[in-house]
Amino acid sequence: MSAAVAVEAKDVSKIFGAGPGEVRALDNVSVTIRQNEFFTLLGPSGCGKTTLLRLIAGFEMPTEGSILLEGEEVAHLPPFKRHVNTVFQSYALFPHMTVAQNIAFGLEMLGKPKAEVQSTVNAMLKLVRMEELNGRRTSQISGGQQQRVALARALAPRPKVLLLDEPLSALDLKLRKEMQIELKRMQLETGITFIFVTHDQEEALTMSDRIAVMSKGKILQIGSPTDIYEHPTVRFVADFIGETNFIEAEVMQRIATDGQIKLPSGVVISHPLSENVGVGAKVTLAVRPERIDLVRPGTEAHLGGTVQNIVYFGTDTTFHVALDGSGQEVTVRVQNRRGHQEVLKVGDAVGLRIAPEAMQILKD
Amino acid sequence: MAETTPVIKRRRGRGFDVRQQTGFTTIAMLCFVMLYAPILTLVVYSFNAGTSVAIWAGFSWRWYESALANTQVQDASIRSLTIASFAAVLSTIVATMAALATTRTRNFPGLTFIYAFINQPLMVPEIVTGVALLIFFASIKVATGYTGLGYLLIAHTAFCIPFAYLPIRARLENMDLSLERAAADLYATPFQTFRRVTLPLLWPGILAGGMLAFVISLDDVVITELVKSGGQDTLPTYMLGQLRRVVTPEMNAISSVFLAISIVMVTIFFLLNRKKT
Repeated sequence: MSAAVAVEAKDVSKIFGAGPGEVRALDNVSVTIRQNEFFTLLGPSGCGKTTLLRLIAGFEMPTEGSILLEGEEVAHLPPFKRHVNTVFQSYALFPHMTVAQNIAFGLEMLGKPKAEVQSTVNAMLKLVRMEELNGRRTSQISGGQQQRVALARALAPRPKVLLLDEPLSALDLKLRKEMQIELKRMQLETGITFIFVTHDQEEALTMSDRIAVMSKGKILQIGSPTDIYEHPTVRFVADFIGETNFIEAEVMQRIATDGQIKLPSGVVISHPLSENVGVGAKVTLAVRPERIDLVRPGTEAHLGGTVQNIVYFGTDTTFHVALDGSGQEVTVRVQNRRGHQEVLKVGDAVGLRIAPEAMQILKD
Repeated sequence: MAETTPVIKRRRGRGFDVRQQTGFTTIAMLCFVMLYAPILTLVVYSFNAGTSVAIWAGFSWRWYESALANTQVQDASIRSLTIASFAAVLSTIVATMAALATTRTRNFPGLTFIYAFINQPLMVPEIVTGVALLIFFASIKVATGYTGLGYLLIAHTAFCIPFAYLPIRARLENMDLSLERAAADLYATPFQTFRRVTLPLLWPGILAGGMLAFVISLDDVVITELVKSGGQDTLPTYMLGQLRRVVTPEMNAISSVFLAISIVMVTIFFLLNRKKT
């Protein structure tokens, strides 16, 4: 895990405009991206993910802070002096050049000898499986093919880091799935660090080694896909990625890190607590719908409620349960491993059981 | 773009169509007659065998031959072409630089003002510019004694700039900025980016701008009439001078050739601009 560092952003802020109309696109962001890593910046539009990517590429200069590329300060170098390449959202292929000329462009600008340019271009065409189309104009190939050429063009100069700005957003669903697998393959084959920007959580979960979830110019959490999904630390992360139930609870007692937490039903459970949560504190628990078991109401159950709605999805069935007392709706997802079983119907009283490790205490 | 055009056309045909309004065809035809009947008459009488511009006396090339043999016409034509070429090239270079400066920089306060500034010749009445230049150049003539073609070259270049500027700027504005960004990302210096990406994509706009400037210069009367020194007639001012005396179909012949050149130039301009961006 202690691999060398590819990119490091230190206390980076970026402010657009000035005076009352100023926009703080990035607010004191620090992040370390390791070599050979598939690192994803994930967040809704306007969260600052693309701004951070542009700062690394050199299309924008940070207002404050520094950006290190393999330990070297690059924050104020123009893009053509940074050994990073970008795959643009619009692909930005040169329309007056052929596929091969597009791929050769970066190598030619670096002054590589002709023979080397030629062999690298051929290797890249092979990598993206486009050998037979090298003489085509970029306007004569499909969107998926343009995507591959854009990738080949950016990979050809063997950048230290490849930046990808929502490159799959223009493709249809089937092609997007294919390209997700292709991208991962290319990253493993080339051993180049990929920094990938997306607002699609599924894309982030399936491809990344690590994900940074961003909102309003800040990085909220950095971790592996399983970390981010199963152990979200803040409400935004839990809410943005996947479906989550938020359950309010109260800390009754704590001894060192062992806490006793009272659920809305009055049931008290044991749960480890982080250092800054004291007795009497209100906490929010995040629970994924598939981590809740439906049980008979009574002693086994942590929470009780009434079934409001049952939605059958084929692979699984979703139950919407209104909690006793508050009436808050909790979503429970049950896998149909033995086929759909009509044990419960709308209006039935039901108990909910949640394993303590499936409850994640959030910082607000 | 080319693929979507027919779809739009078809859709328009299905819905409301202005061509179905009563009287549309009549009005349209009337407009075309008013636009083209005089020109058509002019062209037809350039082939008149007689000496009148109103009475037909059979077909002949004689007025074309006489125009071609007329040394004054030759002289004025060469001068016109020289000035137009010079003005087109120089104004296009200046216009390209102006277009880059107004589209490839950060939006700065006063940019709109600068657009207006560059397009001055489109807004100031030509006669005002002509009189201003007449007075301005007169004082230079007195001071330096220089009476060459330079004044006309400078004046034509100046008023051609906005005509060259507009198509070039339009092309730059339609160009995807991420292309230049991609070039910079792929290690091209700003100059290499311009040479390898911006210029090749801008080229049709530059040609179109130059073409338009050439036609505008070729056809100018007002400013030329006021700025030219003795013996510096261009084709239009020569024609104007001749018309004050006897009018023969020779005028028609010269006009027809002039018209043909303009049509060719404007067609090329149109084709260049229509090419996919």
